[in-house]
Amino acid sequence: MAVPSSAQLEEVDGQAPGGGSKPPGASALKTILRKPSVIFSLAFLLIVTGMAVFAPWVTQLSGWGPLQFDESAVDSSTGGLPLGPWGGISADHWFGVEPQNGRDIFARIVYGARVSMLIAICATALTMLIGVTLGMLAGFAGGWVDAVISRLMDFLMAFPALIFMIAVLSAVPQGNRPLLLVLVLSLFSWPQTARVVRGQAMSITNREFVEAARASGAGRMTLVFKEVLPNLSGTVIVMATLAVPTFIATEAGLSFLGVGVIPPTPSWGQMIAQAVPWYASHPLFFAVPGIFLFLTVFSFTILGDNLQKVWASGGRS
Amino acid sequence: MTRQPLLRAENLVRDFRTGPRTIFRAVKGVSFDVARRETLGIVGESGSGKSTTARMAAKLIEPTEGLLEFDGVDVTYKAGKALRDFRGGVQVVFQDPYSSLNPRHTVEQVISAPLLYQGRKVLGGRRRVVKESMERVGLNPDHSGRYPAQFSGGQAQRIGIARALVVEPQLVICDEAVSALDVSVQAQVLDLLRDLQRDLNLSYIFIAHDLAVVRQIAHKVAVMKSGEIVEQGSREAIFDAPRHEYTQSLLAAVPQVDPSWEAARQAG
Repeated sequence: MAVPSSAQLEEVDGQAPGGGSKPPGASALKTILRKPSVIFSLAFLLIVTGMAVFAPWVTQLSGWGPLQFDESAVDSSTGGLPLGPWGGISADHWFGVEPQNGRDIFARIVYGARVSMLIAICATALTMLIGVTLGMLAGFAGGWVDAVISRLMDFLMAFPALIFMIAVLSAVPQGNRPLLLVLVLSLFSWPQTARVVRGQAMSITNREFVEAARASGAGRMTLVFKEVLPNLSGTVIVMATLAVPTFIATEAGLSFLGVGVIPPTPSWGQMIAQAVPWYASHPLFFAVPGIFLFLTVFSFTILGDNLQKVWASGGRS
Repeated sequence: MTRQPLLRAENLVRDFRTGPRTIFRAVKGVSFDVARRETLGIVGESGSGKSTTARMAAKLIEPTEGLLEFDGVDVTYKAGKALRDFRGGVQVVFQDPYSSLNPRHTVEQVISAPLLYQGRKVLGGRRRVVKESMERVGLNPDHSGRYPAQFSGGQAQRIGIARALVVEPQLVICDEAVSALDVSVQAQVLDLLRDLQRDLNLSYIFIAHDLAVVRQIAHKVAVMKSGEIVEQGSREAIFDAPRHEYTQSLLAAVPQVDPSWEAARQAG
C-alpha cells in the first residue's frame, strides 16, 4: 500500500481542528479578568488583604490603634455618643469612633480584617486538605474505604453543625480561640469538598489514561497524585474560592453570638454585635463593619462563580 | 535455538460479578501464543471478550483461571518487582487517543511517564529520549511542550505509541488502537506500526473489530465470539479458507464490490 509513512498528510498546520484550547489555567484567568465585576471584586479583596497584612503600618498612618481609647471624641453628656456628625468622622478618625470609649472604627476594621481573613484562609486550607485527601481516597479506592468515608460525611452533613459549634465554643476554655474556630469550622466543612472530589475522582479513575498509567507501571500513590490530582486542580481552586466567604460569614456569625473571637481582639462579627444597641443613635457603628463584611463575602463569591463558569465551559478534556 | 513464544496464554478465564449471586464469564478459556516479531490479530464483535483478553494479557486485570507466560516466565499472578519487569517488556496502546492521554500533562510528561514510573535512568536524560521517540513516530519534537488536546486524533495516537515504545518493550498490545481514527489516518498509523515492528523487532497483539485492519497487519489471526476463540490460524488460512461458520459470516459481512457492478460500470 502506497501511503506516506510520515505524519505529513494529517499534519494540518500542526494544530488539531478546534483543538487550540490549552488546559484551563492562564487562559481562564485572562477571560474572567476582562469582566468589570471581577476586576472590582479583585481590587476590593486586594485592599482588604493589604489592610489585613499591613495592619500595624496602616494604623500608624491613620494615627490610632485598635485598642486606644479617645475620650475627647465622645460626649459624656449624651451617654457617650461620638462628637460631631456622622459618628465622629474626622481627619483623626476616618470611619468615626465607637460610642462610650471612643476607639477608632477604622483601626478596628483593619485589625478585624486580619482576624477574619486569617481564620477563613486557614480554615479553607485545612478543609481542602482534609476534603481532597479523603474525597480522593474514597473515590479512588472504593469498597469499604469509600463506605466508611461516605458514612462519616453523611453523619457530619446531617449534624446540626451551628448548634454544635456554639455549644463546643462556649464550653471549652478561653484558649487559642482563632485556632479553635479554624478546627471547628473545618470539621464541619470538609464533607462538602470531599463529596465533590469523590465524585470527580471516581469518574477520572475510570478514564483510560489512568489505566494507561497503570500499564506504564505506575503504583497506586503515583496514580492518585500524578494522574488524578492534576485533573482536580480546577475544582479545588473554585471550591476554595467559594469556601473563604462562607468561613468569613460563619466566623462573623459566631463572633456575633459571642462564641467567636474574644474581645478586646476586634473582629467584624463582634463589632456588629457591639453596635446592635446603638443602631438608632449611631448607625455608622453598625454599617461600617456590615458593609465590609458584605463586600468581602460578595467579592469572593463573584470571583468563585466566575472561576467556576470558566472551568465548566473551558478546556476540552 | 528453541522456538519459544514470547507470550503464551493458556486457558485464560475471566469472570465478572454482575450481581450478588450472578457471575458473568466474559472470557471462557482462551489459549494463544505470540512469537517474536509476529503480530497476532484478535477479531470479534463488541462483547466477544477480546478487550478483556487484551487486558489480561497486559496484566491490567487478573485472570480468574489460566496461565500467562512471558518470555518463558510464569507471570500470571506476579506483583511488585516481577510486575515492573513485565511492564518494561509489555506496553499497551489504547483505543481513544484523547482519553488515554492525561489532558493535564504535556506531551513530554506523557511520553516520559513510563520511564519515571518504572524508575529508569536513561542516558542523555529524559528530554532527549522524548524528542527521539517523537521523531521516531513522526511527530515534530518541538511540540513536546504542548498538551494532548492540541493535536489531531492521528497525532495523539502517535503520542500514545511513543509512550508505549519509550521503555523499549518487546510486545505491544494495541487495543482497538486505530478504531477511533479516520480511514486515511488509520492507514498511516498501521504503516507506522509495521515500520516500527521491522525496525525494533516488536511483537504485537492487535485487537480490532474491523477485519480489513487486521488483514493489513496481522500474521496470525484469532476470531473470538462470546468469550471463546472459535478459530485461529495464519492470516491466509483465516481470510482465504475460513472453516468456522462464524468466521465465514464475519467475512461475508464485509462490504465488497460485486464484480457484476464493476462490469456494469465499465460497460456504462
